[in-house]
Amino acid sequence: MKINTMAEYQSEGKKPEVLFWVGCAGSFDARAQKVTKAFVKILNAAGIDFAILGNEESCTGDPARRAGNEFVFQMTALQNIEVLNMYEVKDIVTACPHCFNTLKNEYPALGGNYNVIHHTSYLNSLLKDGRLTIEGGAFKGKKVTYHDSCYLGRVNGIYEAPRELIAALDAELVEMKRCKTNGLCCGAGGAQMFKEDEPGDKRINIERAEEIISTGAKVVAANCPFCITMLSDGMKAKDKQEDIMVHDLSELIVQAKNL
Amino acid sequence: MSIGQIIFILVIVVAFSIAIRNFSKIRRNILLGKDEEISGNEGKRWKNVLLIAFGQKKMIKRWIPAVLHLSIYVAFLFTQIELIEIMIDGFFGVHRFFAPYLGGLYTLIISSIEILSFAALVATFIFLARRNLLKIPRFIMPEMGGWPKLDGNLILLGEIALVTGIFMMNGADVVLQKMDPQHYPATGFLPISSVLGPMLFDGLDINIVKAIERIGWWLHLIVVLGFLNYLPISKHLHIFLAFPNVWYSKLTSRGEIENMPEIMNEVKSMMGLIPEQEVDMEAELPEFGAKDIFDLSWKNIMDAYSCTECGRCSAVCPANLTGKKLSPRKILMDIRDRATEVGRNLDTGGLKFVSEEGRAKNEQLTAKNYDDGKNLFDYITREELHACTTCNACVEACPVTINPLEPILKMRRYEVLTESAGPSDWLPMFTSIENSGSVWQVPEDRDKWAKDLLEENQ
Ligand code: SF4
Ligand code: SF4
Repeated sequence: MKINTMAEYQSEGKKPEVLFWVGCAGSFDARAQKVTKAFVKILNAAGIDFAILGNEESCTGDPARRAGNEFVFQMTALQNIEVLNMYEVKDIVTACPHCFNTLKNEYPALGGNYNVIHHTSYLNSLLKDGRLTIEGGAFKGKKVTYHDSCYLGRVNGIYEAPRELIAALDAELVEMKRCKTNGLCCGAGGAQMFKEDEPGDKRINIERAEEIISTGAKVVAANCPFCITMLSDGMKAKDKQEDIMVHDLSELIVQAKNL
Repeated sequence: MSIGQIIFILVIVVAFSIAIRNFSKIRRNILLGKDEEISGNEGKRWKNVLLIAFGQKKMIKRWIPAVLHLSIYVAFLFTQIELIEIMIDGFFGVHRFFAPYLGGLYTLIISSIEILSFAALVATFIFLARRNLLKIPRFIMPEMGGWPKLDGNLILLGEIALVTGIFMMNGADVVLQKMDPQHYPATGFLPISSVLGPMLFDGLDINIVKAIERIGWWLHLIVVLGFLNYLPISKHLHIFLAFPNVWYSKLTSRGEIENMPEIMNEVKSMMGLIPEQEVDMEAELPEFGAKDIFDLSWKNIMDAYSCTECGRCSAVCPANLTGKKLSPRKILMDIRDRATEVGRNLDTGGLKFVSEEGRAKNEQLTAKNYDDGKNLFDYITREELHACTTCNACVEACPVTINPLEPILKMRRYEVLTESAGPSDWLPMFTSIENSGSVWQVPEDRDKWAKDLLEENQ
């Protein structure tokens, strides 16, 4: 296994196929690190020549901008763009839909133009190109439900790629009532992740957890580190953390492939 | 010229002049917002207007109200054909001007109007029941008390009056055609009035039937003119504004929050990416974000005036669903009410609405020096603004492509950038991004996970 940084590639005078943008959660959050590792294992298994930025990566600025702090957003975003442009990065893959959205839709206005792809779309295209195979029936016939994150689904219109991965796992997809364009938020977006809730009747993740439980699925496939935190907390609050597993799609593939 | 014609012309002139005055006030209120150039990609815009505004594409998600709404809408459109005839008849003092010329086609048109009106009547009663008897959550949220509730009901009652007018007029006419064929040209068999008319009015004195016909005719006209003048104070303004509002709706990605070039350039010059900006030390500190309607874009205000108060946005809002105060519909209603309030005050020309500086310079009241000591934050609380997850469910749900998220974010920007306020929980996140490039203050390296993984795989 190898994990090289852009700096290392550059010193060898080489360029990777794609830059893996890890994001704050993927880098530091204990739960999300597992997703990062799972995704890297798949990249390795598929023989993808990828790089990370390592310490040269900063927060994309999504939560700052959505909290209203444009100064902090611009500072971190412009710094990232400096780094990305210095390395002449063209293709970026990321396992976080917030990073994905900001890099893809917000950096162009600041002078950062890249071809950005979310890891579920990326894995799906590897699958279609035959560079990734998902064999073994670890999930064959198992009930899996899928949680559309707002920033992958409603905001960027990506509903099918992750569902096709679930189909490739041979799992039985049980949709929640609120799915695709109607998907219910996990409650983390718009910088909610970083503050207490406003007073209300319940937390949003509990509402979603109840909907998940009602599907009867034992596995929830997600595509966002913040959704995973929120939904896992929801399961704990409902005392279902032992029965219902919340996983990123890359983790499910790693389990199926026994990587 | 008969007395009837004179009254008719008077009524029309008065109704239209009041309407024009009130509509231009709405236009003025919308333009109180900031300039924003919205253009380009006409093809896509036409398509949106056709599918979303005209075709009501986004209504289909909830199909029961979609079908009911569609019947009223189509009936309303079709009835306008009859209105053309009413105008001609009223103006020239003739009766059923088109009937002799169009023959069978006339029968077809009036029959269609009758059938559609009947469908609309049924839909109206169901709507009344939905609003008042069934406890549909989106109609009983706090912002739907008082005027909004009355508004919703009034229009439905107006619809009943309109349909009653149509059937009185046509029903009596069918009977009169037999009694006085010379003055009442044949309309052919009308599916409802040819049955209902003789049933109710046969055997009555001809003058009474004539009176019934006239009452129906005037009722039809008055309801339509009344409606026209009622629109500017009602959520029903959407029947006009939905079209331009959909036309001007954002075509770029929902994921992109409007860039702030002033701040971008300042940061760029701080980072040495562009030459240092000339800083005018005398200039007032700039204000960022939106504190009042003047800081929103004109499109945000048009959104507010286009809002149908249907509550589809709030019904899917995760914050609202879990009992938080935030309701995207209320945000739009507040912006509209504030714009209307400012507009009304501007109309008075009262010097008490001139800002202190303006008064010192002896200025007349204008939108530029307006200051009534209030702003949007008196309508929309911070608690509401803070609860938004930017999930875009409201944007997705709105049948007339309103974007409730934009004003929410603009007000958050005001709070954070101009007032340096906002939830204190956010401060560590801001400082951490600023100082260590991560949302959390962590002592470890950003790629520690990579080292761990390599170790695990040894
Ligand atoms: S974007 Fe904000 S206001 Fe709109 S539905 Fe989501 S949480 Fe509610
Ligand atoms: S903003 Fe749109 S969805 Fe919400 S109440 Fe108004 S018209 Fe309905």
